[in-house]
Amino acid sequence: MTRILHGEVYDPINGINGELRDIFIRDGRIVAEDPDGPTIDVSGMVVMPGGVDMHAHIAGPKVNIARKMRPEDHRRQVYPRTPFTRSGVGSSVPSTFTTGYRYAAMGYTTAFDAAVPPLAARHAHEEFNDTPEIDKGFFALMGNNEFAMQRIAAGEHERLRDFAGWLLQATKGYAIKLVNPGGVELWKFHNNVHTLDDEVTGFGVTPRQIIRSMADVALELKLPHPVHIHCNNLGIAGNWETTLETMKTLEDRRGHITHIQFHSYGGTPGGLFHSKVVEMAEYVNTHPNLSVDVGQVMFGDTTSMTGDGPLGYLLYQITGRKWVNVDVETEEGCGIVPIEYKDKSYIHTTQWAIGLEWFLMVQDPWRIALTTDHPNGASFMAYPRIIRLLMDREFRRECMRTVHQKALVKTTLPDLDREYSLYEIAIITRAGPAKLLGLKNKGHLGVGADADVTIYARDDDLEKMFSSPRYVLKDGQILVEDGQIRQEVFGRTFYVNPTFDPGIEADIRKHFENYYTVCFENYPVQLEHYLPNPAAVSCGT
Amino acid sequence: MYQVENAICAFCGCVCDDIIVTVEDDRITQARNACLIGKAWFLGHGQPQDLPVVRIGGQAASLEDGIDEAARLLVQARYPIIYGLSSTSCEAQRQAVALADMLRANIDCCTSVCHGPSGMALQGIGEPTCTLGEVKNRADLIVYWGSNPAESHPRHMTRYAVTAKGMFIPNGRKGRTIVLVDVRPTPSSRAADILITPRPGKDFELLWALRGLVMGQKIEASALEGSGVSLEQLSDLAGRMKACRFGVLFIGQGLTQTRGKHMNTAAAFLLVRDINRFTKFALIPMRGHGNVTGVDSVMAWQTGYPFGINFGLGYPRFNPGEFTMVDMLSRGEADVALVVASDPVASLPGVARKRLEEIPIIALDTHESETSRMAYISFTTATAGINVDGTVYRMDNIPLHMRKILPSTFPSDQEVLSRILTRVQEFKQ
Repeated sequence: MTRILHGEVYDPINGINGELRDIFIRDGRIVAEDPDGPTIDVSGMVVMPGGVDMHAHIAGPKVNIARKMRPEDHRRQVYPRTPFTRSGVGSSVPSTFTTGYRYAAMGYTTAFDAAVPPLAARHAHEEFNDTPEIDKGFFALMGNNEFAMQRIAAGEHERLRDFAGWLLQATKGYAIKLVNPGGVELWKFHNNVHTLDDEVTGFGVTPRQIIRSMADVALELKLPHPVHIHCNNLGIAGNWETTLETMKTLEDRRGHITHIQFHSYGGTPGGLFHSKVVEMAEYVNTHPNLSVDVGQVMFGDTTSMTGDGPLGYLLYQITGRKWVNVDVETEEGCGIVPIEYKDKSYIHTTQWAIGLEWFLMVQDPWRIALTTDHPNGASFMAYPRIIRLLMDREFRRECMRTVHQKALVKTTLPDLDREYSLYEIAIITRAGPAKLLGLKNKGHLGVGADADVTIYARDDDLEKMFSSPRYVLKDGQILVEDGQIRQEVFGRTFYVNPTFDPGIEADIRKHFENYYTVCFENYPVQLEHYLPNPAAVSCGT
Repeated sequence: MYQVENAICAFCGCVCDDIIVTVEDDRITQARNACLIGKAWFLGHGQPQDLPVVRIGGQAASLEDGIDEAARLLVQARYPIIYGLSSTSCEAQRQAVALADMLRANIDCCTSVCHGPSGMALQGIGEPTCTLGEVKNRADLIVYWGSNPAESHPRHMTRYAVTAKGMFIPNGRKGRTIVLVDVRPTPSSRAADILITPRPGKDFELLWALRGLVMGQKIEASALEGSGVSLEQLSDLAGRMKACRFGVLFIGQGLTQTRGKHMNTAAAFLLVRDINRFTKFALIPMRGHGNVTGVDSVMAWQTGYPFGINFGLGYPRFNPGEFTMVDMLSRGEADVALVVASDPVASLPGVARKRLEEIPIIALDTHESETSRMAYISFTTATAGINVDGTVYRMDNIPLHMRKILPSTFPSDQEVLSRILTRVQEFKQ
């Protein structure tokens, strides 16, 4: 039982915009009546729900092989053991314990891994179990699944839906993720798709068909989060047309376009690119079925990691640095390359500015989420700095002076005067992502919500304010004081249990016998063993 | 009598998951589908062990006393090392790393004496790789280098790589070319279309020349003098590597633990990376012990590094040669050794073994070994995958869940380690 008194509360889901309110907590939930317990007086402080990161790469095989590849990344940032915490390392690819502590210390209490190959779902869950403090879940990769593509090609939509339902249930995943649909399959023979209507050789489907079918499946299964799309042609000049075409393909279906910054480039493939945010934001602004997260690039050294194998190879060719590629049987792929974003680079400045243009040009903050596509654009630890860039026009201008000027003036960023309010920041960092994910108990402080509360002491330096909250509570327990971890807890794993016709299993079993190297029976993740704190989110409202 | 279907064999890195195990009178009497070494593992570990649960100084003791004494030794130690872990579950491995963290100890796994050089090549170069199912479904060229799968991984060739039929290789063996590179003929040679027999210690030179050939550089025949391989043979291989549709290079300890070690692996990784300019090519280390891949993974996610880790400064540091078991022992370092599911006394070089004879050993193993016999405290534990549930990672990093097949009166490694951890915590407070 806890009372948080006299806070200046920003709770957009409940329409509370900086009003003085008291928050009452009992048994880990927000309650209406005063429970008369220990009191935290937060007079003069800003109170928000715990942060929600809807798209990051924090657990599973891709993240772990990146850790193995980057000892130099770990040496840069070390975290000694404390009486409350395990030791750890890592700047762009932190160890699991460090990941949990860093999120919590920044006021975030929920994070989703955006790309887990179903065959390695168990690995993601194992890492989740060593990732303290936060609640978590993952999206299951399905955009290059051979069984799924065969169903689409055969026009067997119901069986596709049953398969997707089975796969989510078997992996204890949360949503359907598409990564370069069709392209990753072709990359397994060193090829790729370039338009939505290229045929995926050997399967007789196109990216457009995959996108449309999977968007329908997510809706028909009544998943809490719609299809989550990493479009084709990421990072390629001229890719804005592919992205726009993907949005149009969705028609009025709900869909989330992720790290849209990387997909907003004009120009011709192979050449320099320029921003197309004006045209694209206009489309998003007028299509309420769409949501996006940004994938903001920040300057510095980080690790690119993606389910998009051919993209990984492209980055390796450009940078000449270390390169990991993993092709996963019948399902997906993965590419990893270290990358340094430089403020003196034309391309990197353009990417940085495009991300900010997106934040400043999408009118409805409920449909745009703050992400860096951690660690692709930057570490999640850059969020406080991004918040300052959005809230503080003068700071933004200061930063603009240090970047590549010729690149900058080709964007609209110098002309954008918008400043985010605390209310809007609360939307793009917690209320919005929680709503987009369909998490009813997250992202707000109304009665019944999980008592995840972040309390910031006001500071003129907004970056400092957001990087070191005064208190962070999760499920009513104080985890962080003054940016320091005070307690280690292990959060929930969110997953879905959609309804499907189990008749599909006979076909799936046959597919396993022919093309997998693990038995059908050994594939599903054992809930009781791998999800010590399972939290099923219901499908279908 | 009962049967367990789709049981998982955690003996070698193949981690076959299609074993049908028969249990009669609390013993495993059959393991259908398993290879010879897999059968031996199931039948050998599926028997009641006539050993005390704990021995301290050779005398039988209670589990509580064993845990208490082990914790006391570890807390008093100035430089404890934890080692082994390749033949136990990830759940136990997670406890072992937690213990090392708490003790500010050194922790290393069997990787440092098998595929450590592969891990180091990954750190320097990256790794184009794939799962074994991609080999089955797509690979039309397979090269084994310094590996003898017929004896070390007996089902590797039939289940995954050589005769397996897959989506784009519907005819199995007929659709593939198999190349074996090894210093001498082995039982695996029969399976190969092309045999290349370098002289011992010449792997690096050959891989480097192969890189040049793949990239179209002119290599003088004289450069290969003394390698045991002709320029024609090597040019032919380079041509096949570039012309295949999906190639795979499997590397074994014949490459990673012979002269050149991490330079050999670096050359192999660079070669495979370079071939990807022309076609799809992957590399897979032939990991030996059942869950040695798992321990690399657990260490990497908890500490950032796959082996050779030191917590002396309160946070993990990695340095092969400094924090690896053989090197530490050879320098006379470490004053207590906690050995889990491994037998270093039998397998490490004499100079390292000598240090183990001087210091107290705490051993956890499912059966008697040279290490457990020499140990000051010896725990007999239940076998992960036979008596205990748990997670195992195949050589291609696919995680599988091992189910308990029959009960054991012994505690699991996970239980013993987590209880030692709790006791250490109590001592420290």
